[in-house]
Amino acid sequence: MLLLTCPWCGPRDETEYHYGGQAHVPYPEDPDALSDEEWAENLFFRDNPAGPFAERWSHTAGCRRWFNVVRDTATYDVLEVYTGAAPAATQPGVAR
Amino acid sequence: MADLTTLRRSPLAHLTDRMAQASHGAVGLSETACTGMVSVRVSAESSAAERIATVLGAPLPAACGEVTSGEVTSAGDHHALWLGPDEWLVVTGTDPVALADQLEAAVGDDPGLVLDVSANRTVLELTGPKARNVLEKGCPVDLHPRAFGPGRAVSTTLARVPVLLWQTGEPTYRLLPRSSFADYVSRWVLDAMVEHTG
Repeated sequence: MLLLTCPWCGPRDETEYHYGGQAHVPYPEDPDALSDEEWAENLFFRDNPAGPFAERWSHTAGCRRWFNVVRDTATYDVLEVYTGAAPAATQPGVAR
Repeated sequence: MADLTTLRRSPLAHLTDRMAQASHGAVGLSETACTGMVSVRVSAESSAAERIATVLGAPLPAACGEVTSGEVTSAGDHHALWLGPDEWLVVTGTDPVALADQLEAAVGDDPGLVLDVSANRTVLELTGPKARNVLEKGCPVDLHPRAFGPGRAVSTTLARVPVLLWQTGEPTYRLLPRSSFADYVSRWVLDAMVEHTG
């Protein structure tokens, strides 16, 4: 069980949260110009690192806010919790 | 206009007797039916939030877990529970429709939302020296006195379903499940109480 610290509510069990997948996936700047294959890549293809990974979480059973977590997918260590669009540029494997 | 309050029916009316029978000794469960509740969404820094504080007789709570109480009239008092950085639930002993009108006037032209949500949740009161033991069987929040106590309320889960958990006194907790979950939550709590009430 992960213990995630919601930026607003403090530490809560993983069961109170909903997982939102990879963070900082930009919407295409010109969606009309994309081919079907490029659209599929944008929608369905995500990184799968063995190590630090920036992902989105929502505190569905609490304040219902979205935030970002940098989690080590190999050790399950929660390295950083932050809000907004600013990625934690210091973490390897996070910046896109 | 006809008095519509006579048409109100508690979502737990069918369990009133069972709750009364199961309540003795170290823990008891009862429903406070048809409690008035008003949802408030507004920016915490706005002037509308200040005007709302004037109506409620207390500022809106600023952080998770906090509850502010204001006694305005002899008809009853208001308690504002923190639900999110821009979202609160006002639990009131007064007429929720009148309070919602007052709060809506307080928001004025500022962006915000005030809505009477009294039928959204029901209020269960769990009390007795073993109340915390009962809740700890299915609540992920740390309810130990070092982390939680009277006058604190959090939105969390109990027995895997969302509830608002509000400790009002040393051995007294209020559970505010959605009406549709009320039957499940109260039956779960009744079952969890058995070992303490025999």
